[in-house]
Amino acid sequence: MSDALPEPSVDTILRVEDLKVHFPVTKGIILQRQVATVKAVDGVSFTIRRGETLGLVGESGSGKSTTGLAVLRMLTPTAGRIVFEGQDIAPHRGAELLGVRRRMQMVYQDPYGSLNPRMTIRNIVGEPLAVHGLDGDKAATRDKIASLIASVGLLPDMADRYPHEFSGGQRQRIGIARALALEPSLLIADEPVSALDVSIQAQVINLFMDLQERLGLTYLFIAHDLAVVRHISTRIAVMYLGRLVEIADRDDLYRNPLHPYTEALMAAVPVADPEVEARRPRAVISGEVPSALRPPPGCSFHTRCPRAMAVCKTDQPPLRELGPGRAVACHLHAG
Amino acid sequence: MTLAIDIPATSGKTERNGVLRFVIRLFREKPLGAAGGVIFILFLLCGIFADVLAPYGMNQISPRNRLMAPSWAYPFGTDNLGRDMLSRCLYGAQISVIIAFAAASLATVISIVIGIITGYLGGKIDLVTQRFVDAWMSFPDLIILLVVVSVLGPGLPQIIGTLGLLLGIAGSRIIRSAVVSVRENMYVHAAQSIGASTGRILWRHILPNIMPPIIVLFTTRVGTVILAESGLSFLGLGVPPPTPTWGGMLSGSGRTFMFQGPWLALAPGLCLTIVVYATNVFGDALRDLLDPRMRGSR
Repeated sequence: MSDALPEPSVDTILRVEDLKVHFPVTKGIILQRQVATVKAVDGVSFTIRRGETLGLVGESGSGKSTTGLAVLRMLTPTAGRIVFEGQDIAPHRGAELLGVRRRMQMVYQDPYGSLNPRMTIRNIVGEPLAVHGLDGDKAATRDKIASLIASVGLLPDMADRYPHEFSGGQRQRIGIARALALEPSLLIADEPVSALDVSIQAQVINLFMDLQERLGLTYLFIAHDLAVVRHISTRIAVMYLGRLVEIADRDDLYRNPLHPYTEALMAAVPVADPEVEARRPRAVISGEVPSALRPPPGCSFHTRCPRAMAVCKTDQPPLRELGPGRAVACHLHAG
Repeated sequence: MTLAIDIPATSGKTERNGVLRFVIRLFREKPLGAAGGVIFILFLLCGIFADVLAPYGMNQISPRNRLMAPSWAYPFGTDNLGRDMLSRCLYGAQISVIIAFAAASLATVISIVIGIITGYLGGKIDLVTQRFVDAWMSFPDLIILLVVVSVLGPGLPQIIGTLGLLLGIAGSRIIRSAVVSVRENMYVHAAQSIGASTGRILWRHILPNIMPPIIVLFTTRVGTVILAESGLSFLGLGVPPPTPTWGGMLSGSGRTFMFQGPWLALAPGLCLTIVVYATNVFGDALRDLLDPRMRGSR
């Protein structure tokens, strides 16, 4: 599948190659035996260039969050390489991993659950500094925390309050400040706005973009809301059942989706004009996502694909590069 | 990421007045709990200063004043040997304070250690340990206590050790289940992804968030231990006479002379009831107030 990869360049910050994360399903308590495998992520490859935002989309259970967690090395990949800043971090553990943690941080989906209710904002935002022993100088740490809090648009004198005193959007800002504390080069955002009100979503998204511009951050932005992803991403990768089905520059993907699944996703986004909405054609897909325990043979999308052919039921289409930065895994586009 | 921002100096006043403020909040928001706390502190003071407070010696016999009803000279009356019941109740509080705090603290520490390790680490360690806890809990407490006391003989250290171990192992289940639910929170995940060590996560993230069950566990244990000690003394296996204990007083003169002098049973019985109730109410109030999420709400 490596033929789908763009040439590794100097400014590639992250290169994921054939990443697999499989979870064993076991039975029995003392004598555990494996009865099945959930292939949550099964051969995913992509690259992220420094300073860009890769949007990772897909429906629930498509493996997008698992991909994020594996890149962050909160999960140990079953196979594959995760080359981060020129270093394969897939086999890292212990102290080596701690070094990676400094340069890669995560923003979580749930602004309520991701902040410890018993810690003040100062301690939450300062914790990464404390963990990595960067809080030696008290006054400097204080200033650093204050500037972090200010940089996400909150007032520094809120630092001694507890998370429950803040709204969802404010909490998400605190979560971002925590992620920025170690000045990471890559930020993995796992559905960072899907738990927020729409009006607040825009503010937080703008904060993300603002910070990216100011601090030269790189984002792996996981989401299922295509409008949000379109707004923030430079490139977009679409996942279905643990595999990448399409990856392209944002505008190419929205203008000309190639994979039938991408097409259906795009069609599912409502248009804010009732007349256009009533007239526009729809690519409707029916049914449920097949179980990751027993993925269908061949192309995993063939059970729901409106344009499935005989070959789709038997052969799995590889991710084929069609142009610079554009690849699709579909038999319709096989050469 | 340096941003030139004027940082207003935040005062450290909140921390200095913390305790006082907390007490004010306790009285304002939880009057019943505050009353429990007052009784609890009185109980502590009675125990600590029993030697000073008691008008008579704990075993001072006055044969002429046997079985006297409560009066100004003897507020709680006297027993069949003419000993002052108030003095004996105060000295009884001393024994109860020692046993209650020593055993409840020991029990809580044991519960926290077992509960946190098995709950956070999970897996096979959890499985094996919890089956031992099951086996241990299926034994009636009293039987174990009786066996230990009859083997080692009655005495304070035996009672404290056994009660602490008994209640500690049983209580580990409560701590464990709290840890299991707290462990799943995203902030624990976030701490892991920052690179925080297991020790730090347990100390900074898990422990503070399981304080409510710990406080309740400790305060109910104080009550349980006082009751258990009284029960043992009632059976004649507690702290040996003539040292006065509430349970011993109930079972000794209190039971024998219940009809001639009801105060012999009422005095230690009421002490026991009130103190156990007060610790429970106080514990509930503390649990509610120590939760920052409850701050400002009633």
